[in-house]
Amino acid sequence: MQSVKLFAAGLVAAVMGMGAANAQNAVKIGVILPYSGQFADTGNQVDAGIKLYMKQHGDSVGGKKLEIIRKDVGGIAPDVAKRLAQELVVRDKVDIIAGFVLTPNAIAASSVVQEAKKLMVIMNAATSIITTKSDYSVRTSLTLPMVADTLATWAVKKGGVKKSYTMVSDYGPGLDSEAAFQSAFKAAGGEIVGSVRMAVANPDFSAYIQRAKDLNPESIFVFVPAGSQPAAIGKAFAERGIDTKKVKVMSTGEFTDDSALKQSGDAALGVISAWNYDHNHDSAMNKAFVEAYRKDNAGANPNFLVVGGYDGMHVIYEALKKTAGKTDGDSLVAAAKGMKWESPRGPMMIDPETRDVVENIYIRRVEKIGSTLGNVEFDKFENVKDPVKAAMKK
Amino acid sequence: MFGPVAGVLFDGFAYGMLLFVLSVGLSVTLGLMNFVNLAHCAFAMLGGYVAVLVTNELGWPFFAALPLAFIGAAAVSVLLERTLYRRLYRASDLDQVLLTIGIVFVSVAVAAYLFGTTQQPVDVPAYLRGSISFAGVRFASYRLFLIVVALLIAVMLVLGLEHTRFGAQVRAAVDNQRMAAGLGINVELVFAVAFALGSGLAGLGGALAVEVVGLDPYFGFTYLIFVLIVVSVGGLGSIAGTFAAAALIGIVDIAGKYYAPELGAFLIYLVMVAVLMWRPAGLIGRRQ
Amino acid sequence: MTPAAATPRAYLRAQSRWSPIEIAFWLATLTSYLFFPDYLSLGSQIAIAALFALSLDLILGYAGIVSLGHAAFFGTGAYAAGLFSKYVWGEPFSGLLIGGAAAALIGYASSLIIARFRHLTRIMLTLGIGLLLAEVANSAHDITGGSDGLQGMRIWPLLGFFKFDLYGKVAYGYALIVLFAVFVLARRLIHSPFGLALRGIRENWVRMPAIGASRASHIRKIYTISAGIAGIAGAVLAQTTQTVSLEAIGFGRSADVLVMLVLGGAGRLYGGIIGAIIFMVARDQFSGVAPQYWYFWIGLLLIGVVTLMPNGILGGLSALQARWRGR
Repeated sequence: MQSVKLFAAGLVAAVMGMGAANAQNAVKIGVILPYSGQFADTGNQVDAGIKLYMKQHGDSVGGKKLEIIRKDVGGIAPDVAKRLAQELVVRDKVDIIAGFVLTPNAIAASSVVQEAKKLMVIMNAATSIITTKSDYSVRTSLTLPMVADTLATWAVKKGGVKKSYTMVSDYGPGLDSEAAFQSAFKAAGGEIVGSVRMAVANPDFSAYIQRAKDLNPESIFVFVPAGSQPAAIGKAFAERGIDTKKVKVMSTGEFTDDSALKQSGDAALGVISAWNYDHNHDSAMNKAFVEAYRKDNAGANPNFLVVGGYDGMHVIYEALKKTAGKTDGDSLVAAAKGMKWESPRGPMMIDPETRDVVENIYIRRVEKIGSTLGNVEFDKFENVKDPVKAAMKK
Repeated sequence: MFGPVAGVLFDGFAYGMLLFVLSVGLSVTLGLMNFVNLAHCAFAMLGGYVAVLVTNELGWPFFAALPLAFIGAAAVSVLLERTLYRRLYRASDLDQVLLTIGIVFVSVAVAAYLFGTTQQPVDVPAYLRGSISFAGVRFASYRLFLIVVALLIAVMLVLGLEHTRFGAQVRAAVDNQRMAAGLGINVELVFAVAFALGSGLAGLGGALAVEVVGLDPYFGFTYLIFVLIVVSVGGLGSIAGTFAAAALIGIVDIAGKYYAPELGAFLIYLVMVAVLMWRPAGLIGRRQ
Repeated sequence: MTPAAATPRAYLRAQSRWSPIEIAFWLATLTSYLFFPDYLSLGSQIAIAALFALSLDLILGYAGIVSLGHAAFFGTGAYAAGLFSKYVWGEPFSGLLIGGAAAALIGYASSLIIARFRHLTRIMLTLGIGLLLAEVANSAHDITGGSDGLQGMRIWPLLGFFKFDLYGKVAYGYALIVLFAVFVLARRLIHSPFGLALRGIRENWVRMPAIGASRASHIRKIYTISAGIAGIAGAVLAQTTQTVSLEAIGFGRSADVLVMLVLGGAGRLYGGIIGAIIFMVARDQFSGVAPQYWYFWIGLLLIGVVTLMPNGILGGLSALQARWRGR
């Protein structure tokens, strides 16, 4: 019993020694991301975006050095996220908290930043209501309803589609996209012929696709979480004979992400997606961004996660410049509100009212670019805001 | 109406066949050695990564990757059996569960370290992708391939058990270990070989599975649940039981999702609980 | 070796005396306020994990039931307490009782199934029930909030005065008090004839009916009690973090608590507590330093403990102690 207590005490003492007090002239940023577990991939990509920005812009702003303290939340664990946020504020005395790939973690941490009055930068989590949970949170990624809404509107008004069948995974983000897509589709004059909600941990999609096929729809809207599912359902579409030339398959960007395309192969050709960023985006800034990223990351291409982290850091840097180094939450949030800038994804802004992101949503099609598959942008909607919060205001 | 139903049944059966290849090894070793080897799907994952390496890095054909996946998994299982597993043959269920879960944890970390956390694709020949149309129903080529391979394996296993000397020794050891040892059968050797075979089959299953369900470091956990369900429903130590259970689970899962998607995920758990309550030793199992 | 006690009651009383190390341990937990004021949030989560591990110990260490789905009860308690605070009122202690009662109810229903089986069948049934309940929590997302987590919980200050604060001071005190209170009750339970009967069932399944102990009803009782305690632990988590998400009821949490208990040593009352401390502190350290390696080291630790120290750390320590005393 004693040896165990000694061991525990020694461990804690060692750690406290490691986290020694820092110079007054540093701005500390606590980053909470899933660095291990099933979402480690996403956490590492956001982190790569953070690293790239700091490499390009140096690690001090306005004479103050920026210090990043990284904490691993391990996956969906709101109790851990809340505790990490508390510890960052209380123990490490951070000035800003950033990161967040997963919605429950972001929501749990919101109550901490609200009480502690610190700026919180959400770099990926995509559920609409997150920014309403605290007056100090700012988002630089996107919301799923933004994307689904835009896609639905495009489909009816420009895509020539009047009927659609929706297939989403039966969990938060899936249900959000389903609701947003269906209401926007109907509002634009289209008809939803049917829908199905698919089990989340689902390896085999053929039954669901057969259901869709039975109704012979003009178009199908799909939402599945990133990972192995996009490729699995893409292949299942091809196997069940759904020809993307005859039936428009529409989805959000996770479905047509680089790794998903690599796995689905030609089965994904012709899929139409709406999203805020693709590495094939044709702008000088993006080309430079992609090259710099490839150099540091073994030739991999950046995606929406990377750019969310990159722009999140941009907001922090610019806000600090505007407040001339003041780090309290109120000043930083006031500086972030209304901030406009050109990002590798295109122009974007932090909405002064909702503190959420306002950006372009691009409509893309999967085509062969050279010898690989990629998303080719062929239409865009500018200055898109989150429709759920806009509706809440009315 | 025949079209969609036939298609759904075919897909469910094919999915069940994949589960069969993944699970049959565990059923045999559980029934034979009474050892709860939860690391079974980690061997499957190993086979999957071998297939990925062989087809992507070495550029060898897919059909060369399959036997290599089998051999790779079998080899590693022999190593682990010699060093770790044999110490716990007489230990409690719990200890075996924890040892093998520890092995899965380590495998997750090693796979993530070596291959990263993204999905890995395997390079399958073009004629296996796409589908064939027959009598108005579309049959996916890869699923046909899975069914053929699984049936071949089932036949080979049954023939092997019934018509070879080694098979007779395995059956003897499953029925009554002590008597078998008393008759001069080297039970330890039988165990080791059967375990290697079972894990090799898991590796083969993993290599086959990549094209259907993808591959990432958490494969060892994700599919463990399905495999355990098949094994406990089918009955330990029974190839026919595993076959029947795998086909049942596959078809019930797919048919359930087609006819009643709201029940989607519940159905196989309900089926498992129901079957176990009705026949605790599994469909074709023996009382412990 | 102490002489055998004259009567069964005296034996039990002798077993249940508080040793000085125990008293020192509990007093030491209070010193966290002094020595680790910045770690109190972690402390409250360790106390919650310890309580959960204690509940698993009752069925695993004492009755020999391996469960891969114990988080079903933890999560039920968490959601029950959360929904109670959202729709009825936010007083913490009553929420605690509601959480425990809801979990005990589900536990009783499960025990009707579990008590009849053994070995792999029983393990798979516990897994199946756990997975089913997790699916229910996901499907009922209108009530539970689904994967976004339960929103809108409102927890009142403890005793009308102590508000759950940013530093985690009140959370730690609350979790610690609940842990201690339940621990004392569990201790009484173990050192009672019922507790002895449980150990008998674990050691020799076949013999117990021969001496008149009803296996099934004992197992049902302890399973229900264990589920209730797990539910109380879940309720404390919900109340101190003011959110509940699906991972409270998921397979990951069931696996974690099993690992914690085995690390510390099952069947030793303190095993769950020690295991929880080590597991949670280690994971917290890894999260700051080298998160990718957490799985590797915990896997190795598990393999090591099972092959070298089959009775967990406490078992290893008591074996050492026995050797010291020159037995």
